[in-house]
Amino acid sequence: MATETAEFALPCGIPLERIYGPDDAGAYPFTRGIHPDMYRGKLWTMRQYSGFGSAELTNERYRFLLEQGGTGLSVALDLPTQIGYDSDHPDVEEEVGRVGVAIDTLADMERLFDGIPLDRISSSFTINGTAAIILAMYVAVAEKQGASPDQIRGTIQNDILKEYAARGTWIYPPEPSLRLIVDTIEFCLERAPRFNPISVAGAHYRDAGASAVQELAFTLADGITYVDRCVKRGLDVDEVGRQISFFFYTHTDFFEEVAKYRAGRRLWAKVMRERFGARTDRACMFRFGCVCGGSSLTAEQPLNNVVRVAYEALAAVLGGVQSMFTCAWDEALTIPGEESAELALRTQQVLAEETGVAKVVDPLGGSAFVEALTDRFEAEVVAIIDEVDELGGMVHAIETGHIQALIAERAYQEQRKLESGERVVVGVNKHRREEARNVEFYEVDEEERGRQTERVRRVRAERDAPAAARALEELRSGAQGTANLMPYLTECAKAYCTMGEMADVLRAEFGEFREPAVV
Amino acid sequence: MSSASRLSSELHAPIRILIAKPGLDGHDRGAKVVAKALRDAGFEVIYLGLRRTPAQIVAAALQEDVDVIGLSVLSGAHIALARKVVAELQRQEAAIPVVIGGTIPEQDTGKLLELGLAGVFPTSTPLADLAERIRAIVAQEVLQ
Repeated sequence: MATETAEFALPCGIPLERIYGPDDAGAYPFTRGIHPDMYRGKLWTMRQYSGFGSAELTNERYRFLLEQGGTGLSVALDLPTQIGYDSDHPDVEEEVGRVGVAIDTLADMERLFDGIPLDRISSSFTINGTAAIILAMYVAVAEKQGASPDQIRGTIQNDILKEYAARGTWIYPPEPSLRLIVDTIEFCLERAPRFNPISVAGAHYRDAGASAVQELAFTLADGITYVDRCVKRGLDVDEVGRQISFFFYTHTDFFEEVAKYRAGRRLWAKVMRERFGARTDRACMFRFGCVCGGSSLTAEQPLNNVVRVAYEALAAVLGGVQSMFTCAWDEALTIPGEESAELALRTQQVLAEETGVAKVVDPLGGSAFVEALTDRFEAEVVAIIDEVDELGGMVHAIETGHIQALIAERAYQEQRKLESGERVVVGVNKHRREEARNVEFYEVDEEERGRQTERVRRVRAERDAPAAARALEELRSGAQGTANLMPYLTECAKAYCTMGEMADVLRAEFGEFREPAVV
Repeated sequence: MSSASRLSSELHAPIRILIAKPGLDGHDRGAKVVAKALRDAGFEVIYLGLRRTPAQIVAAALQEDVDVIGLSVLSGAHIALARKVVAELQRQEAAIPVVIGGTIPEQDTGKLLELGLAGVFPTSTPLADLAERIRAIVAQEVLQ
């Protein structure tokens, strides 16, 4: 095997073995990594989250990132798209194109991926409440490019439970939302097996205030809920297991992060085998991506964020990450500029190509400290999952506000520790310096927003109106029954029905979630 | 009650604050932390939650008879959303001071104050300062 040759060596010439120590990677329960040769075989995917303004502007940024050696796309969508409103909805005008790109119809998708071959480039969408609709549009745009569903690769986040508890882009109540999620999983199993229909994302629990232990525990508890629903639908757990991936934040405490990922791999493998009876090892693999940055970044002395992100990225790689997004240093303040976005990508490239950490599988494995910490992490997470089980599962724990209350309390305690100096953040409560900020703030182009509003109106005016109306009516009757809604949504997407129209049909049938009182 | 004693009782009663997130952004960590901190500082906090429209915010503020409204916005849409809440207050002829917190660039503070907001608290504002500054804002309202 080529990867076993001496091409892996230190610069001084000392050859490196693939892995050191008694246990191997690539075998159940995967503590040391999901592949036997890890990054020797394939580096992690460097996927930079970006999207802003219109589809054209974002398409330009994607082409730039791909030219610079980025290996996948990560689509940031604006809030109206995430919550199922069209750009010309009267209540959302100030949000159009602000935190991501606006997608109203298939026409926007066509422009977003113009010149980007979807049979070769994988795309990750941070989309939840409207994930099924975005997937339908993606399938439709790929088909227009000549790529069939079984050729498309990528991920929709599609994890609604953490939206209720930590991120806030929910639309429908839990039950119909879970139905839509199982619909997308079933659709991908049958039609788009290379597309990941769900990325269970603990990241947002973490950024909302959860500890690393809580982040992992709540994420696995959500994962358990989704697998459980799929099994109840009658899907094969070994098939479902192959389709599920995870997503986390990597913050600055180095060994906490490494232990979290090692424990997560081992624990999820056990969950799949012992709880759900998965037979194949493939179904027990804990594949994960992460963001380095988030709430660990500071608005004060923002260049320090470059250093934080670099250390965090190192921890993620030593934890065995499959896909990584490194935040730009100015993200605590604004949408990143091209220069800072490039530096964030270069941070990963230096790590991958220069530091040598990718040459050996699980270099920290066997460290007494890291192994003990991994065991302890696993035990703490199991205790929380047991507690959630006793509460009646994650849906109930979220509907009653229990999870939200735990997160809010920890966020408050962390803020107090920060203000008392118990927790040190350089430039914030130690080594402070008065500074003049020199950051270019992202401004939404008002004219661009106007053009987006015009565009959706034009699509509505010019499409085959009876076909669109028929597709929406069929979606409505589908929603009233129990059929998988993906084919209905795909027909709507192809008929140029808008995001808002599809989401509204489902709102009318499913109702809307109401937040429990937490504070 | 004499105006002096009314003033005194208003100054000493716990301050009632409505905390709400207008717009679509779901990042409520800051709003919840502030709610808890102000409650610990002796405020009565009514937490309205996510995605509240200006009409819902003003209606709740009037119904709950609050002394001050606290908005939290992290999407960058703070100016447009603050303008809508202020307009709704004017439409209802309600003179309730409004403060705002979130990821607000320094150069926007002046614009928000010009819109009629009584206080702007970017993300780095210490919790202790926050309670003091809101107390001062409410005290000034009472004195007017």
